Amino acid sequence: MHIPDGFLDAKTMGVGALLAAGSIGLALRHARRAVSPRRIPLMGLAAAFVFAAQMINFPVAGGTSGHLLGGVLAAVLVGPSAAVVVMTAVLIVQCFMFADGGVLSLGANLFNMAVVAPIGGYGVFRLLRRLFPDRRGLILSVAFGAWCGTVLSALSCAGQLAWAGTAAWKVVLPAMLGVHLVIGLGEGLITALIVAGIMRLRPDLLEEGNGSRTADNYGPVIGYGLLAAGGLALFVAPFACPWPDGLERVAAHLGFEHLTAAATPGPAPLPNYLIPGMKSATLAAGWAGLIGVILAFVLAWLLARWLVPKTTE
Amino acid sequence: MKGDFLDRYSRLNSPVHRLRPPVKLAAAFVLVLAIVLMPLSVLWFFGTLTASLVVIAGLARLPWKYLLWRLVLLEPLVAGISVMSLFQPGGTRVFAALVIKSTLCLATMILLSATTPFSGLLRVMQRLGVPWLLVTTLALMYRYLFVLANEAERMHRARASRTFTRQRFQIWRSLGTLLGQLFVRTSERSERIYAAMCARGWKE
Repeated sequence: MHIPDGFLDAKTMGVGALLAAGSIGLALRHARRAVSPRRIPLMGLAAAFVFAAQMINFPVAGGTSGHLLGGVLAAVLVGPSAAVVVMTAVLIVQCFMFADGGVLSLGANLFNMAVVAPIGGYGVFRLLRRLFPDRRGLILSVAFGAWCGTVLSALSCAGQLAWAGTAAWKVVLPAMLGVHLVIGLGEGLITALIVAGIMRLRPDLLEEGNGSRTADNYGPVIGYGLLAAGGLALFVAPFACPWPDGLERVAAHLGFEHLTAAATPGPAPLPNYLIPGMKSATLAAGWAGLIGVILAFVLAWLLARWLVPKTTE
Repeated sequence: MKGDFLDRYSRLNSPVHRLRPPVKLAAAFVLVLAIVLMPLSVLWFFGTLTASLVVIAGLARLPWKYLLWRLVLLEPLVAGISVMSLFQPGGTRVFAALVIKSTLCLATMILLSATTPFSGLLRVMQRLGVPWLLVTTLALMYRYLFVLANEAERMHRARASRTFTRQRFQIWRSLGTLLGQLFVRTSERSERIYAAMCARGWKE
């Protein structure tokens, strides 16, 4: 998912860099207050850990192998703000030492993988955690959150590539989404297995409020969470029909008075949704995404059932 | 240390290595920007650029095999994204432009990383006003990167030599436990590091 140099145009790189700088700046400010000095070395080491963990390959179907991305894992282990900093460090090292991901597209890459993935995934994780507070719920939330983080990040990446005009949206969306719906399953599985392993070895490291997670003050997290969501919408919305398309059309037609009356999209956009043949690629991808979400959730639930046997206490 | 393959050549002594890191970083940035913005039809530019990259690599006395191998390693990524551009009107031109441009950018960045120690880049970042917390995180990460990578590899080898199983899920599960264990060790190590830092008078 690392976009190399040469794939994005000036506006996409600029907007990506601005969004990344804004959210990472907020995360850094929050992390300075939320992370106790005792755990500052842990941030550097957690970054090295994510990097090392990415070096171990897992067998995936058909002789290929994949590896961990680690955004949501970092967020669960060291807290969301620290995770943004950790993933930023990982991506900077990858960019300047591996030449993995371009310098000019670093902003866009940071936004996708250091902001959208950990924050989006962590948001889902927190939400589910509230619904399922037991130990089994932890595994379920971690697995599903990691899957969501991967998919959201791929979605943002696809939006950027399409916005830059590198590839058509109806090609890039199914390609990126299709691949990452599957990669996300691996990410969710391995993240859950790692968390389950830590739960067995040192459950205290996972306890909330161990110095890294100030549950009381989520203001800044919500701040850059909104920034991430807004950026994601900005990259994806121009292509995700039908409603933003409608907006665009209205904007385009504002000059043509004879059309404005006919083009007011108000009450009935539904026929667009109900085409049974699913003509639009976006719509098809939307359906695939929905089915994927349900499937991933069921798989995460099964995994949690299997990893955490029902305790009799 | 086995894991240092990434950083092995950044401390050689050559005219290119002796250049100051800010100069090299700025030059690489300008080059990449020029490559991205220049239309592909300006053939002389891309020709000269390729030639000068080859000359720089020669001046830096870097092993060709190492440079090419790193380029080849990253090329599938470029190809993977470029292929998607084929499915649009005028796709072949876009495809060619993407492949050539991003390969040249990659070569530039590989040269930069192979001739500049990471600590030099960190110092540039610090001078540019990158927040203290991020620089500290990067410095610590760089310091322990190879330590943890080697530790992960040792644990991986130890597991592989003790378990004889073809059950795919079992492999996943043991790798999960392995990485969990690695994090526990990482966390304990960070506590020792903090104590050591404090003992040596560390302050924010």
